[in-house]
Amino acid sequence: MSAVIENHHDEHDHGPAKGITRWLYTTNHKDIGTLYLWFSFAMFLIGGAMAMVIRAELFQPGMQIVEPEFYNQMITLHGLIMIFGGVMPAFVGLANWLVPMMIGAPDMALPRMNNLSFWILPFAFFILLSSLFMEGGAPNFGWTFYAPLSTTYAPPSVTFFIFSVHIMGASSIMGAINVVVTIMNMRAPGVTLMKMPLFVWSWLITAYLLIAVMPVLAGAVTMMLMDIHFGTSFFNAAGGGDPVLFQHIFWFFGHPEVYIMILPAFGIVSHIIETFSRKQLFGYSSMVWAMLSIAILSFVVWAHHMFTVGLPLAAEIFFMWATMLIAVPTGVKVFNWVATMFRGSLTFETPMLFAVAFVVLFTIGGLSGLMLAIVPADFQYHDTYFVVAHFHYVLVPGAIFSIMAAVYYWIPKWSGNMYDERLGKLHFWLSFVGVNVTFFPQHFIGLAGMPRRYPDYALIFADWNMVSSVGAFLFGFSQLLFLFIVIKTVMGGKKATDQVWEGAKGLEWTVASPAPYHTFSTPPKID
Amino acid sequence: MKKEAKRTLIKLVVAVPLMFAFGFALVPLYDVFCEVTGINGKVFQSEYSEELVTDDGRSIAIQFISTNNENMPWTFKPSEQVMKIETGKYHAATFYVKNTTDKKMTAQAVPSVAPSNAAAHLKKLECFCFEQQELLPGEEALLPVKLLVSNELPSNIKNIILSYTIFDITDYDEEAIAHNQMAME
Repeated sequence: MSAVIENHHDEHDHGPAKGITRWLYTTNHKDIGTLYLWFSFAMFLIGGAMAMVIRAELFQPGMQIVEPEFYNQMITLHGLIMIFGGVMPAFVGLANWLVPMMIGAPDMALPRMNNLSFWILPFAFFILLSSLFMEGGAPNFGWTFYAPLSTTYAPPSVTFFIFSVHIMGASSIMGAINVVVTIMNMRAPGVTLMKMPLFVWSWLITAYLLIAVMPVLAGAVTMMLMDIHFGTSFFNAAGGGDPVLFQHIFWFFGHPEVYIMILPAFGIVSHIIETFSRKQLFGYSSMVWAMLSIAILSFVVWAHHMFTVGLPLAAEIFFMWATMLIAVPTGVKVFNWVATMFRGSLTFETPMLFAVAFVVLFTIGGLSGLMLAIVPADFQYHDTYFVVAHFHYVLVPGAIFSIMAAVYYWIPKWSGNMYDERLGKLHFWLSFVGVNVTFFPQHFIGLAGMPRRYPDYALIFADWNMVSSVGAFLFGFSQLLFLFIVIKTVMGGKKATDQVWEGAKGLEWTVASPAPYHTFSTPPKID
Repeated sequence: MKKEAKRTLIKLVVAVPLMFAFGFALVPLYDVFCEVTGINGKVFQSEYSEELVTDDGRSIAIQFISTNNENMPWTFKPSEQVMKIETGKYHAATFYVKNTTDKKMTAQAVPSVAPSNAAAHLKKLECFCFEQQELLPGEEALLPVKLLVSNELPSNIKNIILSYTIFDITDYDEEAIAHNQMAME
């Protein structure tokens, strides 16, 4: 794909407005992308600080630092903030920056809605975090907020939690609608669906998932609201409701949600591996079909989160096989990434290090997921640290490593400056070691029977918990290095070329570095 | 905005309330699904049926369990812990209940059957769980259950557990209860 860029400097090239109003009123996809990315970074650090509290408490058996009630609030808020405030806004930010530039569009299709969908997010998280200072404390029922724990037995602040989830949902839905309308209608002539960059494909599928399931989440919290305040009994057995129904509704949202948090990562990693292998990506169309099948399968596997609620045998067998089926398209993707690297002229700049680590560690997380899919085994593993290890392996060295890889890969395009390669590599190695030291031992203590969500544990789990905590502190504090590297790069550094990376392909590398405020005002020509 | 873009936008905007409604539609769908398959242990009231009554039934045990929801001070227990019954015959059992407080209270019992694939074969002609119990201070009562286990019960099931949890619903909204009651029947 090649393109001809015309820089019409004769028509007035108006840059951004000055001062704070630039950010408040902006409808520019690059500004909004930047806002999303900084917001998610802030949430990542807040949620990370909560993880530090959790690991500090678990450093030794017995109650050391916090009260059990506060510990429960920490695990709840850590989960909610990392998912809805960290990973999801980061991917939306990347979509804002990259989707229009990758498809040769001047901006997102609905720029004002874009502004709105970002600016309601800080309010949602302000409300959620303010519940820490309310009577009865913040939500303490875990990020999955199972009823009736989150209705009958919840602290009064649960109403604020429900309202903040509504706002987060509205923001995600608006963001997703914007992405779909942009991709379906604003591609430059010649960018057909099967020529779209994989990141764009991954986001198109993710956006459809968001539109399908975020309203179901909104419905679930609305039912909770009605149970708490309006005397209904959706989830209250005394009034004829059913607590297990809550789990069905929640996981009908929840399982597609976990793919919402990994599909864009698949797109990012495909680009980075292709670039640093200096080869064409192996199996483009199988990548697209794999993502589509993963997305469709995600709607028929939700009950594997609830094998122990007393499902009939036929349902357990169905959900077990459907879950295992997902390993097939996922395996296709991993195979394609490895095949892309095979006999490539590889170099290992920081984004590539993160991408390769993604492939290896995400596969470990996927395999432990396969173990959890086995019904009889799951009765043993359910609600133990093995589950914690599994989903942290797919979310931290999975989703979050891909976001970090994306930042290192595209920041020269965004800021016009190269990041410090030595510091970047240092950040990678600290994170890589930290993540594995934190989460690998959790497999062992989980298999040995340590339950999740408790602030205390039996003495036999003490050693591995201490190791895990040490790893967590290493990983946590090395993210401050990441913050430093990002700020240093934005402030200055070696100027980046337009193409930035030797093997980089795609429309975003044809515009100047840093990317001008307006790109592709006239659509590029694609051969 | 281009016309096609507007069309995409409208489709997506319509999809959102539809999926929101789908979330709520899962509630009745779940009940219907459970009633048809009988898989969540819910047992609904059934009519007297001559066809279910046979003489070539087999002998199984039915075990009664009573649980008080927390904050429910009443005494609540089955008159017999275990009953030997024949499949294909109607049997009656009772639960003893006493309001131990000095207030008039209303209670609702919620049943559950284990193993869950037995639920579809358990037919209740009469059950105190289909209505509420209102007892004066100190009042006691024997609550009846009349049931039949169909001969179709899978032959590997030799023991059925029928469990009731009793809830205090004195302060519940009358209307909400009436509504849920209808949903249950």
